Amino acid sequence: MSITAKDRADFEAVIGLECHVQLQTTTKAFTTASAAFGGAPNSHVDPYTLALPGTLPVLSRAAVDCALKIGLATSCTIRRVSRFARKHYFYPDSPKGYQISQYDEPLCEGGTVEFPMPCKPGEKPELRSVRLTRIHMEEDAGKNTHVVGTPYSLVDFNRAGVALVEIVSEPDIRSAQEAVAYLRAIRQIVRYLGISDGNMDEGSLRADANVSVRPRGQAEYGTKAELKNMNSFKNIEAAIEYEIGRQIEQVKRGERVVQESRLWNVEKSISISMRSKEEAHDYRYFPEPDLPPLSVDEAWIADVQRGLPELPVAKRRRYVEVLGLTEYDAAVLTADQAIAAYFEAAQHEGAPPKLVANWLGSELLGRLNKEEKNIEQSPISALALAGLTKLVDDKTISGKMAKGVFDTMWATGKTARQIVDEEGLVQVTDSTAIEAACKAAVDANPKQAEAYRSGKATMLGFFVGQVMKATQGKANPELVNEILKKLLS
Amino acid sequence: MTAVKELMSAPDPVAAIAAAVRSKQVTALEITEAYLARIAAHDGKLGCYYRVDTDGARALAKNLDEKIARGEEPGLLAGVPIGVKDLLVTSGVETTAGSKILEGWIPPYDGTVVAKLKVAGAILLGKLSMDEFAMGSSNETSAYGNVKNPWDRERVPGGSSGGSAAAVAAGLCAASIGTDTGGSIRQPASLTGTTGLKPTYGRVSRYGVIAFASSLDQVGPFARSAADAALVLRAISGHDPHDATSLPESVPDWSAESSDPKGLRIGVPAEYFEGLEASIAAPVNAALKVLEAAGATLVPVKLPHTRYGVAAYYIVATAECSSNLARYDGVRYGLRVPADSLGVMYKKTRAAGFGPEVKRRIMLGTYALRSGYYDAYYRKAQQVRTLVKRDFEEAFRHCDVIAGPTSPQVAFKLGEKTADPLSMYLSDIYTIPCNLAGLPGMSIPCGFAAPKDGGPQLPVGLQLLAAPLAEGQLFRAARALQQRTDFHTRRPPEFA
Repeated sequence: MSITAKDRADFEAVIGLECHVQLQTTTKAFTTASAAFGGAPNSHVDPYTLALPGTLPVLSRAAVDCALKIGLATSCTIRRVSRFARKHYFYPDSPKGYQISQYDEPLCEGGTVEFPMPCKPGEKPELRSVRLTRIHMEEDAGKNTHVVGTPYSLVDFNRAGVALVEIVSEPDIRSAQEAVAYLRAIRQIVRYLGISDGNMDEGSLRADANVSVRPRGQAEYGTKAELKNMNSFKNIEAAIEYEIGRQIEQVKRGERVVQESRLWNVEKSISISMRSKEEAHDYRYFPEPDLPPLSVDEAWIADVQRGLPELPVAKRRRYVEVLGLTEYDAAVLTADQAIAAYFEAAQHEGAPPKLVANWLGSELLGRLNKEEKNIEQSPISALALAGLTKLVDDKTISGKMAKGVFDTMWATGKTARQIVDEEGLVQVTDSTAIEAACKAAVDANPKQAEAYRSGKATMLGFFVGQVMKATQGKANPELVNEILKKLLS
Repeated sequence: MTAVKELMSAPDPVAAIAAAVRSKQVTALEITEAYLARIAAHDGKLGCYYRVDTDGARALAKNLDEKIARGEEPGLLAGVPIGVKDLLVTSGVETTAGSKILEGWIPPYDGTVVAKLKVAGAILLGKLSMDEFAMGSSNETSAYGNVKNPWDRERVPGGSSGGSAAAVAAGLCAASIGTDTGGSIRQPASLTGTTGLKPTYGRVSRYGVIAFASSLDQVGPFARSAADAALVLRAISGHDPHDATSLPESVPDWSAESSDPKGLRIGVPAEYFEGLEASIAAPVNAALKVLEAAGATLVPVKLPHTRYGVAAYYIVATAECSSNLARYDGVRYGLRVPADSLGVMYKKTRAAGFGPEVKRRIMLGTYALRSGYYDAYYRKAQQVRTLVKRDFEEAFRHCDVIAGPTSPQVAFKLGEKTADPLSMYLSDIYTIPCNLAGLPGMSIPCGFAAPKDGGPQLPVGLQLLAAPLAEGQLFRAARALQQRTDFHTRRPPEFA
């Protein structure tokens, strides 16, 4: 269902996201069983996880710390007293028949997530801001496996009880691309905070989307559908895009959009109705009597606040305002905390920020990407890259020479200084020597000189090449250009 | 052997046995064998025990005797044989909560109370009969048969801890453990002439206690005397990191506190005596007179919201039970009735596994929690709860304990009320407010009354209530009365 340009002009999508983040705590939210991912089925369980009779939940302080971190990082208001509630539903993945969650008194409320939209290199990214309704704590469910060809299903409770936060956004998102950018921002924040690995393929980050459409200019929201079962950024984008198209078609045909839950089918790239509002679960929420209200005092909040790292928004702003980088470079370098750390390490070595940003952004990341390596696996350390950029900055070598040095560094692990010394790669900036080389090149190629003079400006490149060849690339390119132009005019 | 018999029929068998075992007058094994023999001889007539853990009891006793022989500290309840309500989870010993849905379930862990009893040197004799999931006031909702009242075997022992009460009354254990959600310790204590105590909510850990209504459930002792109850309570109390609702307060040595009633202010709420049968009111008032004569003062107090207690309780308790019992779904343990689809398996399993009273309460609670009904029912009930709590706060500004009847009646006949659940619910009118407010409460024998429908005289209980954590005041009043009366030492003739 592709959306035409006219449809996009006529209709506006309204999207809100409910995002579950699995917290990287050692133990589960309400018991001491291991919260590690994977493991043999039902190996990370204990009497509480299996909901054996007589067991009781005891809240993990580490899980609250994580929830406070994400709440404070997104400028939420923290409730000094919040409450847990039971959300009931019968399903084998829910051992107690209810999930401990938070309902009308969640830990965090309000807040915003700011993020840049993706853009082409060199462009200035658009900044977006999405308001958060709330962030609450809850426990994860187990995993059902329907075994094909057998009359039974299997349940693995390893994941059951693992601590989650659910981040609920306001319906501030207007496109599938923006939804994905928002989720990437959430992932970026939780990774910066070290509270989750944010891996969508392992289910550490999951999202449901509430999507509606309305004619542009209309103030009221249309009827929304809830999209579920999207386990990658790609699927989320495709599912939302599909849903927007589906709803626009319905509205255009004069039909009413039904409030329902829809499952995304990856193979067919369509969504399928799961249940309508009338069939919706009645979760029979009520306050969890086994847990006292969660009290968070000022000291606890201050403690967590002090421990927060510099977050993406602040980092981007600093890179632009203090270090003079472009918004684009700042966005690229802060996308991943490890890259930002690499950049900052190089910069702390006294390397010029813009140069490091260029080399890191265009050369190193590209090369790492091609070889499917992450920044921690880079053969060129931050210290080494700093060394290279410093040699460029003080004009010891030219940018062109530096590319060769970079290749050698990548291949051998040697420092730029070592390579420059070994190969005698010192840039010739002596104008007399360069002038002599330029003169020789012009004299040796009278035909080409004539062509240049009669208007073929590209011929200059030929002469630069000749000079560089004669000086083994060591001549300062700017000087070469300048002198050649003079000689040829 | 006579030494053992004397210990068993002592007015304070817990204290007597613990002292005798500690001082090596008798061995824990001798005591244990004597109780096992008594159970074998008499329990067939009463049905107190679902299962007697003969091997487990002997093993604990031998272990303790070796410990004593090595000169190690044997614990507060050294060698004291104790029965435990089947609502408490016992490692390796089948635990059913009186329900078919848990038939055959062998827990892999001990609950905190059971673990504490073992640490204190108690000998666990076995698991005691109860109303299914502690829902009932007569022990008749048990899936595994009734318990008979040792004073008249045509009558109920009360409930839901009917087995725990009857076992102590008939001397089939030195003390027992029960649970009390709306009166399930105090009412059967009253109906069997035993001493039963429901501690302050949070005083005793609920970890390993199969949940009925989490905000009301408490574990407590049944004993022959208040002095014995104090010992058992001390052994099982205290903060437990496994229970987030357990209180951090340290546990006093109640046995060492004074039992002098001089200056004790006893609150008498008019609401607890309105329309009370004279046969019940007479022994209750007589007990108050005994305490007054000993130096206590009687103070009239008001508990105006008492009459809303039962209604609020049956909203809160059923709502919580509908949630707590959702886990019995046939997936992981207990009964499973196979079916072709998941939904049908759930329905068949729960239909076959739960009895009518449990189903009734699950349905009531599910209804009360329905979306859109929460404010009208659960929230309103919690508001009533707050009012009941304030009644008590106000009353305890003027008195140290509140006294009245435990139950509006003596033990009734088996089957008499099973067809009329509402009349059964209303018999908990005096015990329920204490749970709603989280207070400690106790029932002690205060006399006898002739039942209206004939038969032998039956025990009447005096209920004592105190402010949160003021169990000491309950023991003070109860011990003062028991030092001056002998009702608690009377034995059912058949089991003397």
